[in-house]
Amino acid sequence: MLKKKELSINMGPQHPATHGVLRLVLDLDGETVVKCTPHVGYLHRGTEKLSENRTYPMALPLTDRLDYVSSMCNNIGYCVAVERLLGIEAPSRAKYIRTIMAELTRIANHIVWIATHALDIGAMTVFLYGMRDREWILDLYEMVCGARLTVTYPRIGGVRCDVDNEFIDSCYKFAEDFPKRILEYETLIDQNRIWLQRTVGIGVISAEDAINWGLTGPTLRGSGVAYDVRKAVPYDAYDQIDFDVPVGKNCDVYDRYRCRMDELRQSVRIIKQCLDKMPDGLVLSTDAPGYDILPGKPRVMPGHPMGEIMPGEEEDPKKEPFDELYSAIEVPKGELGFYFINDGTAKPYRMHIRAPSFVHASVLPKLSEGSLVADVIANIGTIDIVLGECDR
Amino acid sequence: MTPVEISELLKSKFQSAILATVEFGGQVSVTINKAKLLDIMKFLKNSPELNFDYLVDLCGVDYLGRKNDRFEVVYNLRSMNHNHFIRVKAVVPENDSTISSVVDIWAGANWHERECFDMFGISFMGHPDLRRVLMPEDWEGYPLRKDYPLKSDLGEHEWKGYKEVVETAERNKQYEVR
Repeated sequence: MLKKKELSINMGPQHPATHGVLRLVLDLDGETVVKCTPHVGYLHRGTEKLSENRTYPMALPLTDRLDYVSSMCNNIGYCVAVERLLGIEAPSRAKYIRTIMAELTRIANHIVWIATHALDIGAMTVFLYGMRDREWILDLYEMVCGARLTVTYPRIGGVRCDVDNEFIDSCYKFAEDFPKRILEYETLIDQNRIWLQRTVGIGVISAEDAINWGLTGPTLRGSGVAYDVRKAVPYDAYDQIDFDVPVGKNCDVYDRYRCRMDELRQSVRIIKQCLDKMPDGLVLSTDAPGYDILPGKPRVMPGHPMGEIMPGEEEDPKKEPFDELYSAIEVPKGELGFYFINDGTAKPYRMHIRAPSFVHASVLPKLSEGSLVADVIANIGTIDIVLGECDR
Repeated sequence: MTPVEISELLKSKFQSAILATVEFGGQVSVTINKAKLLDIMKFLKNSPELNFDYLVDLCGVDYLGRKNDRFEVVYNLRSMNHNHFIRVKAVVPENDSTISSVVDIWAGANWHERECFDMFGISFMGHPDLRRVLMPEDWEGYPLRKDYPLKSDLGEHEWKGYKEVVETAERNKQYEVR
């Protein structure tokens, strides 16, 4: 007599399809997932705690370690938030440069996403094509700031340095040539029978549920909700640029894939417009805080384990109420928000990062429970998480 | 609706529970009494002219040194179809650091509340699965509290997971190739 028994298996943290160090405990009944429990936090570095002890410009390099696949967007998100908080206006040219950089990053991120997602599902060639084209964007980064991965190129109040004509020419050439590359990916998988079987009708989440779970970015737009922070609360030069927000309608893995492919074309369109419209002028606001700004008074309480408070400062009357601001931008993965509380010193009293990957990882059980174990892989791919950002 | 109109509407509806409203940078924060949290949140989500269907963010804040209102839980809310935004802050005292969970209203609050519990030790009543999310399960203390040391010599209070790693490394030295 055969007995039926539920099997609990560990997937990750060291697993090539988990895109980092995500651990899932899967309770299986045969091939069906009964319960899925994600465990995150393996990459927790305490970015929020560290930021509370650094001045605003000093915390900037911490942010590109969050989502290392699209580091430039994280920097821009931080800079936009601090600019709104401190009332700094970036010069127009800097805004256009940042918009170009954000869209290049979106392309780089979506290329890595399609490459790894297709590799997980079994299409090897797309991975090689993707890595080839990402190299092109990393070269453009290198041309403008010297770094390829952790760039720290945007600054509070603008960008680090101006772009030269060589960059503009290369970038324009990229924008001209890249649509052909998108076609190459689509030729490989768009109508591929295996790809369709693995993605169509998998990981369905309705528009109402997607909003309720707080999904953002292409993961939400695949369910047909046209919410994009670039349109809802424009920042940088997006209010002067013409672009569309692609949405899906079947709410499944395939529609989210289509959304991202269409976004690649929109990004190219935005880059071209920015290159055409970019005005001359300063790239860093004169109000931008320098690295030599005073670190502010220590906020250490008496009897605090950090040490004794400086004499004469224990009765420091703090400004009440504190300024607080939530500011979000559209990173390739979704809505990246920074929530700041400023008490008038040069360090944030509290900085909270609303990481899209964290929210998306929490929806994995909802997507996976009741589906086959092989579809868990497709679901991890489709929500596009990077664990560095999830764990902060 | 503008944020100020929303806060005025809340004030007229829940007069006693609204402690303060502050405007900064085009956003309005409404500080509320935590006893009325669920009523206010349900009103914000379900009334058609507000329809805050998207919980953008939830986090805790520690105002160390305040006597009766040490913690605050901050809810950033957005409405997808009206495209308006409001921030609600619930005051949580240190000696009773509990607050109602909003998971039943917004499913996405689940991990945010776990993170808030993990980092500040605020318990969310009615949460389906309140465990630590970012820190290890056997971690002691709440790292984002202001009285938590950034770096110090913990001595005996060192996390035991780290001690195990050091001991294993020590033990493995006998296998080193000389």
